[in-house]
Amino acid sequence: MKPEGQALVQAKDLAMVFDVSAPWLNRVLERKPRTLLHAVDGVSFEIQKGKTLALVGESGCGKSTVAKLLVGLYEPTRGHLTYDGLDAHAIFKTPAGLKLRSRIQMIFQDPYASLNPRWRVEAIVGEPLIEHGLVTEPEALKERVAQLLTSVGLSALDMAKYPHQFSGGQRQRISIARALATNPEFLVCDEPTSALDVSVQAQVLNIMKDLQRDLGLTYLFISHNLAVVRHVSDDVGVMYLGRLVELADKESLFANPRHPYTRMLLDAIPKMHDTGQARTPVIGEVPNPLNPPTGCAFHPRCLHANQRCREVRPELHEFQGIKIACHAVEEGRI
Amino acid sequence: MSLLEVKNLVVEFPGRHGTLRALDDISFSIAPGEILGVVGESGAGKSLTGAAIIGLLEAPGRIASGEIWLEGGRIDNLDFEAMRHIRGKRIGAIFQDPLTSLNPLYTVGRQLTETIRAHLPVSAREARERAISLLNDTGIPGAQARIDHYPHQFSGGMRQRVVIALALAAEPKLIVADEPTTALDVSIQAQIINLLKTVCKQHGAAVMLITHDMGVIAETCDRVAVLYAGRIAEIGPVHEVINHPAHPYTAGLMAAIPDMTQDRARLHQIDGAMPRLNAIPAGCAFNPRCDRVFGKCKEVRPSLMQAQVTQAACWLNEVAA
Repeated sequence: MKPEGQALVQAKDLAMVFDVSAPWLNRVLERKPRTLLHAVDGVSFEIQKGKTLALVGESGCGKSTVAKLLVGLYEPTRGHLTYDGLDAHAIFKTPAGLKLRSRIQMIFQDPYASLNPRWRVEAIVGEPLIEHGLVTEPEALKERVAQLLTSVGLSALDMAKYPHQFSGGQRQRISIARALATNPEFLVCDEPTSALDVSVQAQVLNIMKDLQRDLGLTYLFISHNLAVVRHVSDDVGVMYLGRLVELADKESLFANPRHPYTRMLLDAIPKMHDTGQARTPVIGEVPNPLNPPTGCAFHPRCLHANQRCREVRPELHEFQGIKIACHAVEEGRI
Repeated sequence: MSLLEVKNLVVEFPGRHGTLRALDDISFSIAPGEILGVVGESGAGKSLTGAAIIGLLEAPGRIASGEIWLEGGRIDNLDFEAMRHIRGKRIGAIFQDPLTSLNPLYTVGRQLTETIRAHLPVSAREARERAISLLNDTGIPGAQARIDHYPHQFSGGMRQRVVIALALAAEPKLIVADEPTTALDVSIQAQIINLLKTVCKQHGAAVMLITHDMGVIAETCDRVAVLYAGRIAEIGPVHEVINHPAHPYTAGLMAAIPDMTQDRARLHQIDGAMPRLNAIPAGCAFNPRCDRVFGKCKEVRPSLMQAQVTQAACWLNEVAA
């Protein structure tokens, strides 16, 4: 039995290292060392049942790799993922893995690429039902697909159509219907609205919120858009170069961002309502992850960096109710 | 006098199943030094408007009627050769993806000097000096050395700086920037928007900024035009359009954007989607999605009319007036 109050999803020190070395012969002839890309480097978080954790960060910070680790598309190089008290990656390898996979589903970013253009919607949404042996009768399948389509605001008649007959927002609803087919508890959403226009984005976000309320879903929501994150999440994790730099509940993070990188990100968002006001200039760019800076990865862009920041890598620690990886904040310098 | 004047522009795509009207009666003007934002959802005709102005409409698209005037001269009926001298010299262009707008086989310096010498009567040495100073202006550190590097040696943000330098190379009076920050990360986006704003002011260039990001518009532009289904729904000063929209579409669009300053349980949603070009409804193109629709909207197409401060193509403003 799982202990009372235990989080549904617990990631402990998850790490994913990709080997991006040159081919063997080149390494030998040109005396090149192996090159390792630390895409995710020791990420720990928990998600309570029915809650939404959002991960934000710029491209290349490892957000999507975390998503793929959580659904079992990648096996972590280090660390553990505990799902409902079970060691998820150990179970994925056993026959019981199929059952576990049906409880975790994923929604992808690009609704134009994630739906097979030669399949009818019925086959797309019905595939997980057949794959997991949940429905065997063709009549029952039609009924269940119709029910799923209605739940995301599409019509049951849409199941006879092909993906190209739908707009971007409708396609994303089909992806959501497909993800809901196996009655999952946990949805990993990798930039689900980034490819959509704002008015359509609002439709999809509203549906996702309604479904969470009605079905008690738990979300990991990945986005680079902080305004969207603020709208959907309960907790927010900010990632930079493969590590979490700040993890806090939504209210604290947006009202009182502590990490200099979080502050920079928030500053960088164009504000809708005070027009003409200049923002604090953002300095520098994201470093190359193949050759990350020593110490704190953010120090070359940080106004508060000192010798310690350049040498010692800060760990993610509890600090005044939030979690943060910053020497300056812990020392009280900012 | 305005720098650019677009009058009743209509762009059509003839096809097997009839002619599609992608831009329908678009009129606006840009004053010297002004930044005009053009905003709208995908397929609204933002990029097409830009392409028509710089004369880069792809066949079979064509300007069916209407006029485009630049500094008192008509440019929409010029031949390709004449247009080539205007592009780069008098109208600069910045596109979304900085990697595809640079030639990967030439150094950045060669691309800059080539553009400068194509349009201005200067020596090779002067052109190079000018190129270095442009790279300096756009905030590229070590411009003296970087000028001999190839595009792949620059990061995304740096490349977009090079593209901006390239657009400014021949001192154009107008720059058409089509989604210049969409391919960039948020922190880089802020730098590029700031840069675009200051450099254009410094060089006295007006900007037509095409984007789908209302935040970028709010922060950068003087005026904004909101496009819907190939027509201008509303045009006016940025503050007014954002805070007191006079067209229901603009109002819906503003309410659909998640806000950083206030919490809302649900976002306002505009049901449905923008109509396809072959199925634009009669009357106002927005009428099937509009929550304030009435009889006239379904029959007669509204043209832009004066609302409180902005101009909106909506019959509600006629009733009010």
